[in-house]
Amino acid sequence: MQQKTTNQKAWFLVLPVLILVAFSAVIPLMTVVNYSVQDTFGNNQFFWAGLEWFEEMLSDERMWNALQRQLMFSGIILAIEIPLGIFVALNMPKSGFWSSFCLVVMSLPLLIPWNVVGTIWQIFGRVDIGLLGHTLEALGINYNYTQNTVSAWITIIVMDVWHWTSLVALLAFAGLKSIPDAYYQAARIDQASRWKVFRFIELPKMMGVLMIAILLRFMDSFMIYTEPFVVTGGGPGNATTLLSIDLVKMALGQFDLGPAAAFSLMYFLVILLISWVFYTVMVNLDKKGL
Amino acid sequence: MTDATAPVAATKRRSLPKVNSRAVVMTVYLVFLMLPIYWLINMSLKTNAEILGSFSLWPRDLTFANYVTILTDEAWYMGYVNSMIYVVMNTAISLAVALPAAYAFSRYNFLGDKHLFFWLLTNRMAPPAVFALPFFQLYSSIGLFDTHIAVALAHCLFNVPLAVWILEGFMRGVPKEIDETAYIDGYSFGRFFVKIFMPLIASGIGVAAFFCFMFSWVELLLSRTLTSVDAKPIAATMTRTVGAAGVDWGVLAAAGVLTIVPGALVIWFVRNYIAKGFALGRV
Repeated sequence: MQQKTTNQKAWFLVLPVLILVAFSAVIPLMTVVNYSVQDTFGNNQFFWAGLEWFEEMLSDERMWNALQRQLMFSGIILAIEIPLGIFVALNMPKSGFWSSFCLVVMSLPLLIPWNVVGTIWQIFGRVDIGLLGHTLEALGINYNYTQNTVSAWITIIVMDVWHWTSLVALLAFAGLKSIPDAYYQAARIDQASRWKVFRFIELPKMMGVLMIAILLRFMDSFMIYTEPFVVTGGGPGNATTLLSIDLVKMALGQFDLGPAAAFSLMYFLVILLISWVFYTVMVNLDKKGL
Repeated sequence: MTDATAPVAATKRRSLPKVNSRAVVMTVYLVFLMLPIYWLINMSLKTNAEILGSFSLWPRDLTFANYVTILTDEAWYMGYVNSMIYVVMNTAISLAVALPAAYAFSRYNFLGDKHLFFWLLTNRMAPPAVFALPFFQLYSSIGLFDTHIAVALAHCLFNVPLAVWILEGFMRGVPKEIDETAYIDGYSFGRFFVKIFMPLIASGIGVAAFFCFMFSWVELLLSRTLTSVDAKPIAATMTRTVGAAGVDWGVLAAAGVLTIVPGALVIWFVRNYIAKGFALGRV
């Protein structure tokens, strides 16, 4: 790490970013704060409502249920994607044409617009025209993601695993590639088992990138909207109504501005809090030189 | 006979899975990734009658009519043009403001730099759903609703922080002595930055541009909320296929395939940096 000099004039270089982000983040956020403490009867007349909306939302089953589903979703996909991504990275060819080939094919799902990801799986899972749905039906498995809660959940989870596991694998692979050969040679001299090589050499060396992977996957899965919305529309019933889907329904569908704004702020705070914890851990790992 | 062949067979049995297990794992995984995409391509080459009428693993009666529909109907292909316009605008804006900022973060300590850096990242964490409504009102009130620039500015919310982070990671790798030598040689900051520094981190700029491009391209919620007709992105246009006569699956699939193409084309060039980009420049 290079030594940095202290120079307050550097603020001028940061100023454009500050202005732009303030315009596109702070002003809208203030609008949200504004709505969250006011009530309206239409005609642009607003009344001070204090913390009423927050109290209402906190005592509302609807938000808690959505939060519960959200946590379950994020938990499940993290539990699948992180180990699977590491496993795939360990099996990737280290160099040469096949390495590049794997990198390119694996990156492909990451570059597909999110609603197209939804569309792909919507089609893929349909019993009448989709390969997956049709095959499952032919095997005699009762699968219908529009009516069956379990099927809907499995579909959106498999979809997310399909969409994002490559990200974890790519990051883990980059971490693996940075391990010098000497480490492996030393392990061979010590006759370390495959598991020990993984546990004491590869895993610690990947820790930094894995933290980033977990942070990114947590953040993105926590605000996921488009993909499950396209596939299930939050249904059947409310079974796959995750936080963002519920929020958009409330804000843009029903125009319940006050509750939606209070909801937004609490939603943002939860993400911020958890991400801050990850970020602190990440920076500390950075300092230790991992 | 058995004595001679048994050890050979045994070693073969033992060594064979070892050699192939990696290839098998990768093949299974890549097939898992490609199958849904293959199915989309497969459907885009079929007629609707074939899609709904019979189930086949490949198009029996190959047709490009779905693609022709998209490429000749203005309402369709303007979706791609609109998306392209705001994506390119967003990439240009993001890079222009992120470059000096990333330089400042990578070279200097200044009051509140660490907090500012984290605050930038928090914008990457902000759920677009939270911002959809306020954005709609903000851009409506300043008369930018349904323009390309509105979407480009809105996407700056997550792309500017991303670009700053990626560029900072690349700039950290450039030795500081280069800056100092240039200043001693009498370069002004501006000339040094454009003539010497930017070529040095060209790959970083490329990667940052790629990621801005990509995240702006894949986002739908904000771009759909901020547009109605004139700047409607392709992702929103795709809902057109749901008509009175049901869903036009073939055209929907073809439109989907065409949205994958731009990403697939540029990915080869950044394949070695893609992990670094996703790691926000910190691998």
